[in-house]
Amino acid sequence: MKKTFKIEDLDCPNCAAKLEKAIGSIEGVTRAGVSFIAQKMIIEAEEKDMESIVKQIPAVAKKTIPECRVII
Amino acid sequence: MSKKQKKLLYRIIISLILFAGIIISEKIFAPQGYNLSVLYLVPYFVAGYDVLLGCFRNIKNGKFFDEEFLMTVATVGALIIGEYPESVFVMVFYQTGELFQNIAVGKSRRSISGLMSLMPDEATVIRNGEEETVFPEEIEKGETVIVRPGEKIPVDGIILEGSSSLDMRALTGESVPFEAEKGNEVKAGSINLTGILKITVIKEYADSTAAKILELVENSTLNKAKTERFLTRFSRYYTPAVVISALLLAVIPSVITGDWKDWVYRALIFLVVSCPCALVISVPLSFFGGIGGASKKGILIKGANFLEALGNARTFVFDKTGTLTTGEFSVIGVYPSKDSSEDELLSLAASSEYYSLHPIGKSIAAAVNNVTVPDSVKEHSGFGVEAQTTHGVILSGNRQFMKNNGIASPDDISGTVVYVALDGVYKGCIRLGDTLKRDVKTALTKLKQEGIRSTVMLTGDNDVAAREAAEKLGISDYKASLLPDGKAEYVKSLTEKKAKNEALVFVGDGINDAPVLALSDVGIAMGGVGSDAAIEAADIVIMDDNIGKCVTAVKIAKKTKRIVRQNVIFALGIKFAVLIFAFFGLTNMWIGVLADVGVAVIAILNAMRTMKIK
Repeated sequence: MKKTFKIEDLDCPNCAAKLEKAIGSIEGVTRAGVSFIAQKMIIEAEEKDMESIVKQIPAVAKKTIPECRVII
Repeated sequence: MSKKQKKLLYRIIISLILFAGIIISEKIFAPQGYNLSVLYLVPYFVAGYDVLLGCFRNIKNGKFFDEEFLMTVATVGALIIGEYPESVFVMVFYQTGELFQNIAVGKSRRSISGLMSLMPDEATVIRNGEEETVFPEEIEKGETVIVRPGEKIPVDGIILEGSSSLDMRALTGESVPFEAEKGNEVKAGSINLTGILKITVIKEYADSTAAKILELVENSTLNKAKTERFLTRFSRYYTPAVVISALLLAVIPSVITGDWKDWVYRALIFLVVSCPCALVISVPLSFFGGIGGASKKGILIKGANFLEALGNARTFVFDKTGTLTTGEFSVIGVYPSKDSSEDELLSLAASSEYYSLHPIGKSIAAAVNNVTVPDSVKEHSGFGVEAQTTHGVILSGNRQFMKNNGIASPDDISGTVVYVALDGVYKGCIRLGDTLKRDVKTALTKLKQEGIRSTVMLTGDNDVAAREAAEKLGISDYKASLLPDGKAEYVKSLTEKKAKNEALVFVGDGINDAPVLALSDVGIAMGGVGSDAAIEAADIVIMDDNIGKCVTAVKIAKKTKRIVRQNVIFALGIKFAVLIFAFFGLTNMWIGVLADVGVAVIAILNAMRTMKIK
């Protein structure tokens, strides 16, 4: 399944790429996309894994790009 | 400018003023034996404290070799070897470049997302007799929404009250406004231009075509272009490689010559230019710009990879019916017998087909004005019709039908043909064909000008009809009498034959060619509005059925490709030049930082041109 989140204060495409890589390496995520243009994040994962992935997102985002905020 | 950008601007200005102050004070106090070098640390920290913090954070996360790390090592290195003013200048300049980049990128982001903003952020609903402002997602079926001039229609619905002109450009690419009035169905994403409308909601937000389009565009980030992937891989090696050469440059010649300061300085320039930011930022931005610009023209592209592939297109394969032709029959040839005339023949045929519901019969009836209403009609299913009229008994149908009735007819006319006889005497035959869409020929000529070497037409029609259409359109190749799976097989054989770096594009109406759309490198579905299946199956969706949009899409793809290539060559060229100059000691650090951030800003501005392709 896919899930989309809004992101605030994602400043540069490079940050988006970093965030994308970090989110993509969370266990269970099959595909992750961070759109700097749309200020959105899309995650693809098995339905059973989704809940635990979503829980980890804020921490991972904060660690990678401290100034941005993922709205869950 | 955002708050953050303003803050950075102030920091840059303050540190520049301090910097100038220190240089002047040095001029005054240095001759008296005071060393003010330590003061340079103040503007250095004012300008660059966040870079240093970022560097520590990255190291803590186990990430080396990113921008902040490189700038920190370069400037701290400069401080250590005693190049204080240089170090401050590099930091200030780097931050100025970052600020410019930030502003340029932010601006382009807003204009691209502006192109894609199909849906309004809020809507006005009537609940309990009062107007209420809600998110479009919250509107339910059966509710009534009010849309004022200048607003976007938030959900699909039927007009309950009012009339207005609607701008549907974002949905269909059609620039002429649609005049909508009471009872008309309206689509979410249209812009209300003139009157106030009350609309009964028939579909929830998420089910509207516009919402599906939006989702498609947002999902496009998942599909990265090959160039993007290549650059990510490239930067993974480029940066460490430059850093290692910097390290070698700092150590080996220094040991040999003993001149540590000079060689360390040269090595630091290496660090300054070792970040591939110009590429990492500008390449995705170019593709985004191209996708955004295309979506404004009613061409939806599902990802940068498809835009890139379209730029390498050499072969275009078209489905005939519905794509090149309208799918409606029309009379293309009238062949009266010696004792008859075109008018008589058409009139007889039309009279006999007067009640016909068959598309062929209907198209004949539509072509003729002079019709005699038949007294009675007998259908011979699979053969034709027999009509009793004041002129006599008219038979019209296929050749077998004539034969069955003992009427001799010529057999040298092929295609879709209707034979006509009056009172047992052969009167002639009428040939029918699909109507070609307007502008198809122009579009195909333009495609050739854009470097499309071969065009292929696939059809289920017989060979004669296919050859005729292909010749008329100037299509280089065609394949007739294909069943739906035959189309897929043929396209598969074509993809196996083509060169690896070339792309095969299939254009269909998306209704029953999903497998072919999937097989081709780029599948384009035409006439996307209202057909969610097409939006699902294709890589590129053209919202209206104007085949000229294929040309526009190819143009955008090629221009984007060109701009990406320009940026890659420009950025890498400048960087390698600076690396070489630095190696021979012919340049200084601030030229290095200019090459880094200046190039990035220029590349970003260049990338933005993709949005404005005609």
